[in-house]
Parts: sequence; structure tokens; C-alpha cells
Amino acid sequence: MADVGKTPVARNEKASSEFGYVGIDAILEQMRRKAMKQGFEFNIMVVGQSGLGKSTLTNTLFKSKVSRRSVMTTEEERIPKTIEIKSISHVIEEKGVRMKLTVIDTPGFGDQINNENCWQPIMKFINAQYEQYLQEEINIDRKKRISDSRVHCCIYFIPPTGHCLRPIDIEFMRHLSKVVNIVPVISKADTLTLEERDFFKQKIREDLRANEIDIYPQKEFDEDAEDRMINEKIRAMIPFAVVGSDQEYQVNGKRLLGRKTRWGTVEVENTTHCEFAYLRDLLIRTHMQNIKDITSSIYYEMYRVRRLNENNTKPNGQPAIHANGVPEHEVLSHEM
Amino acid sequence: QCSSELMGPLLFPSYILYLDKIQFEEGEGARAVPLSGHVGFDSMPDQLVNKSVNHGFCFNILCVGETGLGKSTLMDTLFNTKFEGEPTQHNQPGVQLKSNTYELQESNVRLKLNVVNTVGFGDQINKEDSYKSIVEFIDAQFEAYLQEELKIKRTLHSYHDTRIHACLYFIAPTGHSLKSLDLVTMKKLDSKVNIIPIIAKSDAISKSELAKFKIKITSELVSNGVQIYQFPTDDETVAEINSTMNGHLPFAVVGSTEEVKIGNKMVRARQYPWGTVQVENENHCDFVKLREMLIRVNMEDLREQTHTRHYELYRRCKLEEMGFKDTDPDSKPFSLQETYEAKRNEFMGELQKKEEEMRQMFVQRVKEKEGELKEAEKELHEKFDRLKKLHQDEKKKLEDKKKALDDELNSFKQKKTAAELLQAQTQQAGSSSTLKKDKERKK
Repeated sequence: MADVGKTPVARNEKASSEFGYVGIDAILEQMRRKAMKQGFEFNIMVVGQSGLGKSTLTNTLFKSKVSRRSVMTTEEERIPKTIEIKSISHVIEEKGVRMKLTVIDTPGFGDQINNENCWQPIMKFINAQYEQYLQEEINIDRKKRISDSRVHCCIYFIPPTGHCLRPIDIEFMRHLSKVVNIVPVISKADTLTLEERDFFKQKIREDLRANEIDIYPQKEFDEDAEDRMINEKIRAMIPFAVVGSDQEYQVNGKRLLGRKTRWGTVEVENTTHCEFAYLRDLLIRTHMQNIKDITSSIYYEMYRVRRLNENNTKPNGQPAIHANGVPEHEVLSHEM
Repeated sequence: QCSSELMGPLLFPSYILYLDKIQFEEGEGARAVPLSGHVGFDSMPDQLVNKSVNHGFCFNILCVGETGLGKSTLMDTLFNTKFEGEPTQHNQPGVQLKSNTYELQESNVRLKLNVVNTVGFGDQINKEDSYKSIVEFIDAQFEAYLQEELKIKRTLHSYHDTRIHACLYFIAPTGHSLKSLDLVTMKKLDSKVNIIPIIAKSDAISKSELAKFKIKITSELVSNGVQIYQFPTDDETVAEINSTMNGHLPFAVVGSTEEVKIGNKMVRARQYPWGTVQVENENHCDFVKLREMLIRVNMEDLREQTHTRHYELYRRCKLEEMGFKDTDPDSKPFSLQETYEAKRNEFMGELQKKEEEMRQMFVQRVKEKEGELKEAEKELHEKFDRLKKLHQDEKKKLEDKKKALDDELNSFKQKKTAAELLQAQTQQAGSSSTLKKDKERKK
């Protein structure tokens, strides 16, 4: 009906002598208050072969010992015989904002001799989280706030070979990009020169395009022109070439996170050295909410649609593809 | 650390899940770790707020009250604008709910405000059913949301929420007590919507009477078990102001869109010969308190309570009514599915039955019509046959006549010919006889 525009008035003047100010914009402050009180949840999964610096990078991202390795000091360091999925939660706080951070590790990925279908347990896990959320959501008696264990973001570690993506990389990302936000990173990037890095990135982007793999930020989810502009800049830079470190060194009078070698110190947060800062900004400072939104309103909804349509069994007796994306098959002995 | 395996049908032999089950709100379980530097997730509230700003907000207010209590004027005053062009027509029987949506903007906040008015509330002679259309309306909004939520392909994040977030109940300024209509209506609504009772046109009551009136109203609400909306006191930032305001309920308000010059300022007021009631003067009325509570402090809480309390209650009741239930964990994944399927099959069955009935009726009608047409056809044929016979008879008759005529004509012709011949003969004879006669005379 009537479109009523009003003159914007500075928020500070709240006295009743003020004329024309209703106070609708106070809702922003109310929302902020509510968000601070409730806190946030973020679930991040790291996938990659052993030795690519997953734990270190996670610790560097969140500036604290949040990775599984840092927590478990008593267990032997061994490469498991099968892929395991291990999840650790921490509560971190910054300037009054509380966050429950869950880091999901996947030791054993890509470490076997035969890595066929290594993506399957991970896919099953991700779908299991969607399933858990769905179950809570369809309850008659629902909790006031459903705890969100859905994987918001999966960081995939590409070894710094400098050539192109390996079949295991393509296979993994092709399957998983359909159910979760994938953020591929070039790990241990301090072994590549800038030229090698640029060439590698270009090759990776070509490979992704050729295999129709949609990584975060996905083109089709850009909301408007402004969004697209920001995201295009990011898409031109990914995958980020990162270096992780939880050691501080003295550089030019400042204490900085870095890796010290005989020929110099790689500064982690220096964007001329590596792109860690861009990754951190993307994941945490600017796009975290967007990552969560895409998970809940797109990937989760897709799972839900598949799951709710699942009970319509096929009449020709073909084995149904379960909503968890894995075709039915007999559990093989080596998986038990 | 605790290890647990996921429930029932989703057991995967090849992974171990270490999951902290304890809820985040309780603050225990998930270990707290210190940060050694600035990470940057303190921007999360901003990210969340920015997303909401881009999306826009919506707020739905329901105004319940008798005709003439100044509902429309109060809305105009609250939102500092002129909503309706002319006053609503009050010529319908029963209570109608009239809904209007407005788009307001203040700095970068866009608000879709929906104001629903009860037209004709309290006008009836028999008011027993007055509350019904209000309850139905509120339920209808919940139902629409529920339908969307239950859809397979749904778009909840872009759904235009029409659920009522706040119900302003206008109490007539009698100065004595609540009317029974008020009590009955509020009792029916208190489990469905956040009720904020207000005393309308409160410039009709003196200050001392007002205090007594408020006490009476509050005690009547309590003794009748009416749950009105309490401004939340769990957040320290606003706990104090909210709890003070809770004590001022019901708010005694005055609405006005007319401006009067007081001193050197223009203020909204109502001018009487004996003085001017200023809307925004807290000594004169509680308008500022209402605006503060409804819009500036608790708008978000009102929306949240609507969703997490009132809507959930509606949903629970509705689903239980439809036959769903949360059964034991084994059948949990399927209970909703199965019942949903069963209901759907039932519905489809009914639909089919109806379709069948309609088809039968159609066939029947067609048969009847066919019969009628056949009858008509038969009649026509008969008629045709009759006519044909008639014509044939006529024709025969005419032919006979014609034949007779022809015969007559022929015989006449014959006679004529005979007569002519005779005449000719006679003439000849006559002429020869005349000659003879002439000859004889000559002798």
C-alpha cells in the first residue's frame, strides 16, 4: 500500500522532543543484543592427506589450539588404516562474542594405497549431520534452539605439486561440492615461487571448470550485483595458497607468526608472502554468515527434499540411491 | 572426551564420532580455549545484522478493540504517518479483520509493517462469537507458515511472514473495570499471541481514577488467568527498563496526528478548551512508554516469542490433531513420513472417490440426455412419416383429380372433334342441300 519514506534522523537523539523519529532502526541493536546473548556455532571440516599442515592451519586460523592433534597428546601418532572422522568442539570468545567452534578432522584420507571411494565416509558423515538436524526439525515437540552440527565449510588441502589436480582431488571435490561448501587451499605454499603458484592456480581453476566443480563462493548463489562483484574478486584468487604456523618470531621489531628457515622467515599474515590472511578474512571476518546460510538454506534443503521424496520407492525394483548419496551395497569385510 | 555412536539406521562401522553433546547455552562441556590474537569472528553479529538489513524486516500488529477507541489514530501516531485515507466502513455484520501492509524506512532499515484492525468488534448485540473471527485469523497465519514449513520444496528464508507478532488490546476508558467481552477475548487470545493491553483515549480519565483503573484491570487479568506479554528481563542490558515498564501496564495512551504549538515547538496533541494533552509528554500519558517497549526495545523479542512459543504451540497441537506423534526412536525416521503418506493416500482416496462420483453423475446425465434426445428424434421421425403420408395422400388425390380432369378433357376433345366433324359434315350437307334447293327454285 502507501509507500512512506521518512527523513533519517541520527540515532543518538532519542529524547521525546525529537519529531519524526519512530525508532524502527532500533531493531538492529535488538538483533545484535540477541546474537551476542545466543552466541554462534561454526563447524569446519579439514580434509587432506597427512602432513599437509591441516592441524597447524586450523590453529593458525583460530589463533588457539583447536585442532585434534593439539588436544590429543596421549594417543600415538599413527596413520589410521581407514578413514576416521573425529570432531572436537571448543568455545572461543572475542569482544563478548561467543562461538562454539567444531573442527572435524579426517585422518586417513588419501593415505591408503587404494583410495577408491575415500570420499564416501565423509559424504556419509555430512549427510548424517543433515539427517540429525532434520530429525530434530520434524519432531512434534521441538527444542527451542536446535543445535547445529551441520558441516558449514570443508577445507580441502591440495598438496603443492605445482602441476595440476590429482584424480583423488577431482574425485573428492566433484562428489562433495554437491553437499557442502568446499574451500580448496594450496597447502604448504612456501615451497612454490610466485610464478609457480600462479601457474598452479590457473591449472587448478581450469581443472575445476572442466569437471564442473562448483567451489565456494558458488556463482549461482550470488544474491545481487554487489555480491557478485565481491565474489568475482574472490573467485579470481582461489584457491588460496596458504602457510600455517603457530610459532612467533621477531621480524623488524614485531612479533609475527611465521616459519623460520635459513633463507628467511615466511610471515603467515603478510599477504605478499602467502594468502593466509585472505583465507581467514573470507572464512571468518566477512563470509562466515554467508557460508552458514548457504549450508542451511541450500544444501540442507536439498538433502531434505531428497530425503522426503525417498519413501516414494521406485516401482521397477531398482535399488534406491539413499539420500546420503551412496548407493546401497553390501558392507565389505574390510570396512567392518 | 566422550564417544558415541549415532542412532539406529545410520551406524557406520568405519568412523568414530567424538561429539560434545552438551548444549552451548549451558556453557559447559565444550572446552573454552584462550585466543592468542585477534581472529575476527567478533564481526559475526555485524554479518548477521547486515544480512537482515538486506533482507528487510517485517512486523505484524493486530489491534483489537471496540469501534471508536482510536485504533487507527494510535497506529498513525506510533509510526508517525497517515495510514488510511478515510475511516473504515462499519456496515458489515460480525467482526471483520482488515489488514493493511505498509513499507516504512528509517535510515537503512526497511520495515514491512502489517496492521490488522478488527472492524465491528463489540458492535453486535450478541457478542458471544466476537472473538472467533480473531482467533481464526491468527490461526490462519500460523497455518500458512506451517504449510510452507511442511512443503517438500520450500522457501522459508524468503517467506513473507504474516504471523501476528503483537496484539494491542484496546480497553475502553470506563474507569471501572474490564468488560466481560474483554476478559473472554483476551483469555482466548493469550495462548496464541503476545497481548499488550492498553487503555485507549485515556485523556478521558483523571490521574487518580487512572491509577485505580490500572490496579483493577491488572488484578482482574490475574484472577482470570490471562497471560499478557511480559517484557523480557533476562538480558541485563534491558532488564531494568523492561521490569519497570511491566509495572506500568496497561499503558494509558492518547493518540493524535494533529500538531499544536506549545512554547516554540510543534507537538502532537489534543486541544481542549481547558488545556492540551500532549501525546509525547510522559506526565500526560504512557504513549512514549508504549512506543519505547513495542518498537525500540522489544520488537525483536516479540517476533521471537511469536515464533518459538505461540507458533510452536500451534504446530504441536495441529500435528497431534492430524495424527502425528513422536514415537520411540526406532520408528522416528518414519513416523512423520508414514503418517504423512497415510494421510496423503487417504486424501487421494477421497479425491478419487469424489472424482468417481462426479464421473457417475456425468454418465447418468449423459444417458438421460441421450434418452431425451432419442425420444425427440423418434417423435420427429414419426412426424415426418405422418407428413410424408399426408403428402402422398394429397398427391394421390390430386393425381386422381388430374386424371379425372384429363379424362374429361380427353372426352371433351373427342366430343369436340366429333362435334366439329359433324358440324363440318352438316355444313357440307347443308351447303349441298342449299344448292339443291336453289336449283329447284330455279326450275
